[in-house]
Amino acid sequence: MTARGWVGAALIAALVFLALAGDRVAGHRFDAQDPARALESPSLAHWLGCDALGRDLLARLCEGGRVSLVVAVGATALALALGLAYGALAGWVGGRVDSFLMRAVDVIYALPDVLVTVLLIEVLSAALAGLPDLWRRLAALALALGFAGFVGIARLVRALVLQAREETWVEAARATGAHPARVLVRHVLPNIAAPVLVSGAFRIPAAILAESTLSFIGLGIQPPFSSWGTLASDGFEAMRSYPHLILFPCLAILCALLGFHLLGEVLRERLDPRSRT
Amino acid sequence: MIRYALGRLLAGVLVLWVVATLTFALLRFLPGGPFDKERTLPPEIMRNLERRYSLDGSLSEQYLDYLGGLARGDFGPSYKYVGRDVADILREALPVSLQLGALAFAIAAAGGIALGLAAGARRDSLLDRALALGSLVGVSAPSFVIGASGILLFGLALGWLPAGLWEGPLYAVLPACTLAALPLAYATQLTRAQVVAAMEQDWVRTARALGVPESRVRRRHVLRNALLAVMTYFGPLLATLLTGSFVVEKVFAVPGMGRFFVTAVGNRDYPLVLGVTLVYGALVVLANLVVDLLYAWLDPRIRVAGEEK
Repeated sequence: MTARGWVGAALIAALVFLALAGDRVAGHRFDAQDPARALESPSLAHWLGCDALGRDLLARLCEGGRVSLVVAVGATALALALGLAYGALAGWVGGRVDSFLMRAVDVIYALPDVLVTVLLIEVLSAALAGLPDLWRRLAALALALGFAGFVGIARLVRALVLQAREETWVEAARATGAHPARVLVRHVLPNIAAPVLVSGAFRIPAAILAESTLSFIGLGIQPPFSSWGTLASDGFEAMRSYPHLILFPCLAILCALLGFHLLGEVLRERLDPRSRT
Repeated sequence: MIRYALGRLLAGVLVLWVVATLTFALLRFLPGGPFDKERTLPPEIMRNLERRYSLDGSLSEQYLDYLGGLARGDFGPSYKYVGRDVADILREALPVSLQLGALAFAIAAAGGIALGLAAGARRDSLLDRALALGSLVGVSAPSFVIGASGILLFGLALGWLPAGLWEGPLYAVLPACTLAALPLAYATQLTRAQVVAAMEQDWVRTARALGVPESRVRRRHVLRNALLAVMTYFGPLLATLLTGSFVVEKVFAVPGMGRFFVTAVGNRDYPLVLGVTLVYGALVVLANLVVDLLYAWLDPRIRVAGEEK
C-alpha cells in the first residue's frame, strides 16, 4: 500500500475510534451543559473548548462523527443495492424495459442533487413521524442520500452489464442452458463487481459531504444531537470572536473526507486495474 | 443537427412536465399547509385565504390550474412573500445565481483544463505532485469550509475582499472561487488522467516522429482528445453551478435562488418551490443539450455517426 493509502487508513481508523469511544475520550457527555464554561477556548479540561451552551466540543464532534458514519454507510449501502438491482435489470432485460427505466433515471438526473434530497428529506421525515427524533432524521437522511446516489450507480451498472452481455463467456454460460437470471447473478454481476464497488467507495465521502452540507443549511440533524454540519454552522455565526468553534468541525470534515478519498484510491488501484493511470 | 436539437428540446419539455408533476405531488404529501401558524386561524379566514390562492378546489383541479398557468408563463403568486409573484422573485434572484454560476464555471473549466494539461504533460514532476495534493484537498473540502477560510483570511484578517453580500464585481470573487473550488479540483484530476492516457497513444508518437512541434502536439492532438472525456463532466457541472449553490449563497449572503428554495420548502410555499425546481430543471436540460452539441462539434466521429442515422 502507498503512503497515501496508509494516511487514509490512519485517518479513518481514528475517526471510527472516536465515533465509537467519543464520550469516554472526551471525558464529557455530548449533551452535558456547563453554562459557566460557555464559549471557552481549548483547555486541559475541554481539549477543543466549549460551545455556546458550555458543551464539550470534542464530545460533540465525536457524536457528529457517529452521525456522519451511520448516514454515509446507510446511504451508500442503499445506493449500491438499488443501483445494482435497477441497472442490472435495465441492462440485462434491455429493450423497452431498459428505455423506460433509463428515461425515469434521466428525470432524476435533470435535477440538482440538493434539490432532490431536500424534498425527499422533508417527505421522509413526515412519513417516518412515528420514530424517535434522532432516528427519524438519520433514516430520512440516509434514505434520501441513498436515493440521490443510486442514479449514478444504476447508470454505471447498466453500462457494464450491456458490455458484458456481448462477451463470449456470457454466450457460453447461456449455451449450457443456464437460466438467464442465473447467468446474471452468478456470472455477470461478479465480473462487474470491482468498478461498482470502487464507485460505491467514493459514495461514502460524497454522502458525508452531502450530510454535513444539509445539516449546515439546517435540514439535517437537529439539536441536541450534533453533526459536523450543524457544529460548523454554529461556529460560522461566531467565527470572528470564537474561531475554534468553526476550526475544529471543519478540520474533522476535511480529515474524514480526505481519509475516505485516499482509501477509495487504494481500492481503485487494487480492484480496477483498467482505471490505473 | 437542427432536427436533433429540436427533438432534444421537445424531450426536455416532457422531462420538465414530469418534474412539475412529481414535485407537485411530493409537496402535497408533506404535512401542514402554507397558512399554518403557531396559532390556528379562524376557519372563515382560512377559507378566504384558500379561495384567494385557489387552494379550495380538488387536487386535480389545482394541478390543472397550475399547468394552465405555466403554459401562459405564469408561475402563480408566492404565499409567503405576499403580493409578489413567483416570476418576480425568480426574475430578481435568477440573474444573481446565473452570474455567480457562470463565473465559477469559467474558473473551474479554464483552470481545470490548464492545470490538468500542465500536470499530465510533465508527469511526476514537482508541479504534478503539488497539483495532485491540492486537488485532493479540493475534492475533500466542503464549500462552507472553503468559504469560511476565505472569509477569515481575505475578508477579516487581510481585509482585501468583502466577506459577503452582492454589490459589485469585487463581491463576486470569494463566492465564485468557493463555488469553483471542488469542480476545479475534479476537472484538474480528470484532465490530467486523460492527458496522461493520450500521451501514451500511438498517434502522439507518430506526430512526434513526423517532427510536429511538441507544443502543437499537446494542443492539437493531446488536449483535443483529452477534452472529450472532460466535456461529459462539464454538462452536469454547468447545470449544477448555474443553479447556484445553496451553501455558498448562504455563507456569503448572496441573494440568489438557492436560499429561496430551502425556506420555501419549510414554508410550504408550493408555487415558489415549483418555480425554482422548474427553472433548475430547465437549466439542466439546456446545459446538457449545449454540451452534447459541443461534443459533436469536438468529435467528428460522433457527428458522422449521427448523420448516418
